[in-house]
Amino acid sequence: MMLRQLSLFLENRPGQLRAPCRALADAGIDILTLSLADTAQFGILRLIVRDWERARTVLQAAGMVVNVTEVVPVALADRAGALAELLGHLEEAGLGVEYMYAFPVRSTAGKAALLFRFERPEEALQVLRLRGVEVLEPEALLALRA
Amino acid sequence: MPAPDERTHDPAERLEAGALRRLQDRRLREVVARAAAVPFYAAALERRGVDPAAFGGLDHLDRLPLTTKQDLRDHYPLGFLAVPRSALARIHGSSGTTGRPTFVAYTARDLDTWAGLVARVLVAGGLRPEHLVHVAFGYGLFTGGFGLHQGIERVGAAVIPAAGGNTPRQVMLLEDLRPEALVCTPSYALHVAEVARGLGKDPAALGLRLGHFGGEPWTEEMRGELERQLGIQAFNNYGLSEVIGPGVAGECRARGGMHVAEDHFLLEVLDPATLRPVPDGRPGELVFTTLTREAMPVLRYRTRDIAAVERGPCPCGRTGARLGRIVGRSDDMLVIRGVNVYPSQVEEALLRVEGTAPHYLIEVARPGTLDEAVVKVEIRAEELSDEMRRMVSLRDRIDHEIHAVTGIRMAVELVAPGTLERSQGKARRVLDHRRGPPAA
Repeated sequence: MMLRQLSLFLENRPGQLRAPCRALADAGIDILTLSLADTAQFGILRLIVRDWERARTVLQAAGMVVNVTEVVPVALADRAGALAELLGHLEEAGLGVEYMYAFPVRSTAGKAALLFRFERPEEALQVLRLRGVEVLEPEALLALRA
Repeated sequence: MPAPDERTHDPAERLEAGALRRLQDRRLREVVARAAAVPFYAAALERRGVDPAAFGGLDHLDRLPLTTKQDLRDHYPLGFLAVPRSALARIHGSSGTTGRPTFVAYTARDLDTWAGLVARVLVAGGLRPEHLVHVAFGYGLFTGGFGLHQGIERVGAAVIPAAGGNTPRQVMLLEDLRPEALVCTPSYALHVAEVARGLGKDPAALGLRLGHFGGEPWTEEMRGELERQLGIQAFNNYGLSEVIGPGVAGECRARGGMHVAEDHFLLEVLDPATLRPVPDGRPGELVFTTLTREAMPVLRYRTRDIAAVERGPCPCGRTGARLGRIVGRSDDMLVIRGVNVYPSQVEEALLRVEGTAPHYLIEVARPGTLDEAVVKVEIRAEELSDEMRRMVSLRDRIDHEIHAVTGIRMAVELVAPGTLERSQGKARRVLDHRRGPPAA
């Protein structure tokens, strides 16, 4: 139900974003999707890869400190209004979204996929299930990409 | 009454006030006579109308000249020797920012005195002959390594002379040999804990029980961190090479200040601006006169260290004045937009914020007409979050505490774990770009 995400602290100066990308590239690890939150002084890079444990080892070997957290993969109908409806369910239940970003899937999948970090993940999952939202297992999410 | 298990290394640690004063008075007259062999002192005493052979003792202390670090530098390398070179047993030196060390010389008797003084500090802080001690101070010109080493041997305990550097190897030694005590700078002890965790080991499970830390100023909060992370009791000690090295003062188990070996060092606490004594309990500059040094006695040496002294009775039974934490160095004191700020205040603020490790660097610049201060703070791995809200909140809390402690605003920059420079000797806490680059 939960997908492992790697996150890194980056100072806001040239080369900081390249370093982790280079380390993963040298190890032949493909970044499936990412999100970058930034302030004027620092940023947080969040990464999704197939083998998070190996990616973490590679990044740590390159001297980086890696945080592992879990995000919730959700599949939505690929149509206008689907995301607004999902967010409506959460709002009615008084549940907040910490952050979210897209997970690209193949064009023939017939669905869109999103990764959510909720303030209160357990309650959010209950609401989503109750409302019939499709919450994906990590394997099912990766299959939408293959 | 001292606690039954309270031991002293030397009965002189419990001299009653009158006996101590008589001993100090006699030794002060003797050291003034010896110091007159140093041309600098001979000239300074003459200028002040002091006959070194007939000096009036403690009551005339203020007639003696003050000595500064610059005076020692001006007489590089060994202009302060009071004995022939042939009488020397060893030379140490303090690291100099200008490239040249300030040398300090010892006769065999000085080395013997020194070992005894370090032993006093170690025993006061719980070291016993059956213990094994890991020394991670540098061995060399720096007085830390050899000074502590000899003190440990004097106590009768065993030494692992690990010296500085290669921290993963130090962790291996600690884990395999399981010493009871660790001796190093407090910032290096934190680094050892951090490296141990990085190697997947619990630093509190290394088996350490005691830490004797010195060589740089630190705070009560940092003591808390060290005790929690390493599972030890941490003791503060104080010394400076110009006076002898470590062993000038150290904490007993009451930990209400560091007992000064006043039978060997006459301590004055002076207002750095007026050079008049400040009352007990008030911070001032520590000024020491070495009462027993042979090779290189110093009269009224201005340490630049700022601290307060307490003289009430101590439950341990030691009678030596108790030196509070060094709250600053007049050298390190930063004047930022007209406000005096000590790096130790920033450290205190950082440690008040839960989860912030005390690795930081203060950078001061004056891009226009106003001073700007930036504090770079290394976040701990366990504080790293994927949520921006938490990171911003951490920074804001640090910002708030620094303002509360120092009274001025400094820009807080979070930096990645492990990116600020580490040291085995003294930690670099300040980069003041207003002063220009250091002289070659």
